[in-house]
Amino acid sequence: MKALLFQTLSKKNRLLILGVGLFLVLVYFIPIWAISISAPQYPEGLGMQIWINQITGATPYDLKNINLLNHYIGMKEIISESIPELLFMPYVLAYLIIGAFITELIPKVGMAILGIINLIIVGLVGLFDFWRWEYNYGHNLNPDAPIIIEGMAYQPPLLGCKVMLNITACSYPSYGGMILALSLVLLVYIVWDEKRRKKSNVV
Amino acid sequence: MLKKSNIIVVTLGIALFIFLPNCKKGAATATLASDAASRVYVAPGEKDEVYAFLSGGFSGQMSVYGIPSARLFKIIPVFSVFPENGYGFDEETKDMLKTTHGYVPWDDSHHVEASMTDGKQDGRWMFLNANNTPRLARIDLKSFETKEILEIPNTAGNHASPFATENTEYLMAATRFSVPVPQSNVSIDSFSKGGFKGTVTMVKVDKNSGRLSIELQVLVPGFNYDLSHCGKKKSHDWCFFSSYNSEQAHKMLEVGASKKDKDFILAFNWVRAKECKDQGKAYNFGGEYVNNFKDENKPAVSTKLSGVKMLNPKDCPGMMYYMPTPKSPHGTDVDSTGEYIVGGGKLASVIPVHSFSKMMEVKDKKEHHSTEIEGIPVLKYESTLAGEVQKPCLGPLHTEFDGQGYAYTSCFVSSEVVKWKLGTWEVVQHLPAYYSVGHLSIVGGSSTEPYGKYLIAMNKITKDRYLPVGMELPQSAQLYDISSGKAELLSDFPTVGEPHYSQMIPAKLIMDKTAKLFPLEENKHPYATKSENDAKIVKLGNTTHIYMTAIRSHFKPDIIEARTGETLYFHVTNLEQDYDIPHGFAIGGAPNMTNLLIMPGETRTFKWVAPKPGIYPFYCTDFCSALHQEMQQYIRVSP
Ligand SMILES: [Cu+2]
Repeated sequence: MKALLFQTLSKKNRLLILGVGLFLVLVYFIPIWAISISAPQYPEGLGMQIWINQITGATPYDLKNINLLNHYIGMKEIISESIPELLFMPYVLAYLIIGAFITELIPKVGMAILGIINLIIVGLVGLFDFWRWEYNYGHNLNPDAPIIIEGMAYQPPLLGCKVMLNITACSYPSYGGMILALSLVLLVYIVWDEKRRKKSNVV
Repeated sequence: MLKKSNIIVVTLGIALFIFLPNCKKGAATATLASDAASRVYVAPGEKDEVYAFLSGGFSGQMSVYGIPSARLFKIIPVFSVFPENGYGFDEETKDMLKTTHGYVPWDDSHHVEASMTDGKQDGRWMFLNANNTPRLARIDLKSFETKEILEIPNTAGNHASPFATENTEYLMAATRFSVPVPQSNVSIDSFSKGGFKGTVTMVKVDKNSGRLSIELQVLVPGFNYDLSHCGKKKSHDWCFFSSYNSEQAHKMLEVGASKKDKDFILAFNWVRAKECKDQGKAYNFGGEYVNNFKDENKPAVSTKLSGVKMLNPKDCPGMMYYMPTPKSPHGTDVDSTGEYIVGGGKLASVIPVHSFSKMMEVKDKKEHHSTEIEGIPVLKYESTLAGEVQKPCLGPLHTEFDGQGYAYTSCFVSSEVVKWKLGTWEVVQHLPAYYSVGHLSIVGGSSTEPYGKYLIAMNKITKDRYLPVGMELPQSAQLYDISSGKAELLSDFPTVGEPHYSQMIPAKLIMDKTAKLFPLEENKHPYATKSENDAKIVKLGNTTHIYMTAIRSHFKPDIIEARTGETLYFHVTNLEQDYDIPHGFAIGGAPNMTNLLIMPGETRTFKWVAPKPGIYPFYCTDFCSALHQEMQQYIRVSP
């Protein structure tokens, strides 16, 4: 095991790591997660996108209109400024990218495994945080809201679709999220590939 | 002396005697498509294929229908006030109805014209005439709103209007009622002595903005100019105006103006006219008029203008020719190739067709001139004639073209549409119309490339067609499918006002370009309030400006205090940025003001003078949300 951790990455896998690093840079420019909303009076749908540093509507007006719908049930207004995580998330991403570049300097399998651990932690913490925000938005409703339905919460799904009153909300990773997932897959592949290489070297 | 009604009976009696056998046969060939219902059925959620823009006649408005379903989508207010959305009432739109005669809240709008680029419909603007108080309007097809109204001076009865040149360089507007030009108090007898004049006005359309301006007027003999159509392709430089009452009768026109065997189609070379103007041959002439322009999301600006350039035909040889046309011609229509100019003589027994090439060949040869009227050569009838459709029907009026070599002419007296072939002048089909058809319209029919397929006939009388609704019955339009060899009746439908004329445009040219909202950040209205935090009340002496916002489901500020006699301006901005979410604004018992419909991102102003002390509610009138009924508040008026 120890030998594997200190094994130097193959040229191909070093290139792949570099690719992961560059690939992750894209995440600054595209949304990570998307929530789409459809209702009878919104045949064209409404969409919300979560980026590394902000929350926007799918069109310039969607977020405003989602908030307008939410105000009936007393949900707090969704604005980027109210989510402090968005302030430091870009640094977390920068840490992952820098990690990939450092691996170019210290091309050891252990670094790739560290990358996997980092990505998994970031992913799990991110998902948990996302769920927590959804929970808070969906449960902490204004007691003076115009529409109050006993026992009703409006927490959107973490992944998949859910019907709430007349609205169907779907939540899925967007391109940025897919890049993060794909990066993880690539790193796992690299480690697997290195392990296979080690075995064949031994044999 | 014979009474007037007797004369009509005798005339019609003779006419019917002559034509009845022919028309009977015609009616027998009419068909109602057996699967008509399925061909006009547009399933829920599906969209129509064509937009039909119908003028509203004496309603002064324009209505928008979907074809083939014939569903009414919208009434666009143009020349008449519209309480439904406050057009003509609020501070933003009331100046649109300003004229030199003051505020005129109604008109009689007859002809719709579509903007064209290179002879093809471009889906940018519609134009509409006001006959009563001569005006021209431009309707924008992004917002489906009236953007500009231009008054035409030195004219009376703006009927032959607004007909566009092939590239919408100009719109033509000609006098229906000749009057003294400039206006003066003369004996009405002097009409017969040439004391009354007509004018042909060239209205320039700015290529990019669509803004209208008067380029030039031409002073023409005092006949009644009825309709117009402009040339295409080879006849690009020309527009053609029908005229009646070349007798210059001034009383009992139905007899006096129907004496001569032939009146005229006036051929007008507008390129030559512009040339003469540029050579300084036009002179400065008076005439007051206004131009009203409503920029996006801003109050209309009404500008008073004065004076035009006037040109006399004798000072510009080669500009105008008269082509004799039987008998009291009404319609004058140019086919899609630009070669044939079809006259529609209300009282004629033939449909005369002039040839543009022949006209060009003979126009300056003396032997083809019969006489000259006030500097305008009169060409001989036979010299320009391409052919005549013999005994087509009674009262042929208007002709449209399908681009396949066939023409369709409406016949008022015999209530039918006749289909005939260009070149052979043979009638191939009679289609009955219910009843008394005026104009007809083919999709793209007045462009160089008609889309054929649908034709609508616009009828004046419905009698037994629908459930009776008192003494005034709806007028109607009838839809025909003309895509195959034999035209088939598909449906008829009642219309708003008098569906005088129409332009039909394939939906794909317009539907994806329509506006959905006004972006708030682009709202440059001087009284806009872009967020609830900016809502405020500003008192200036006895005038109060209320910067108010509307969003689902409340107004802000929502409590207003005022004193009797105080003038309040409610500048309401709709903060919504969502498609199809206007808010309304109305105050209980407000005199002189109606409802406002405020589009998302738009600002409009409701003027109100605080009446006697009391509590006055104001509320949203457009059912905007589940809490729409809660979108209401109060104004307290104290002594
Ligand atoms: Cu409302």
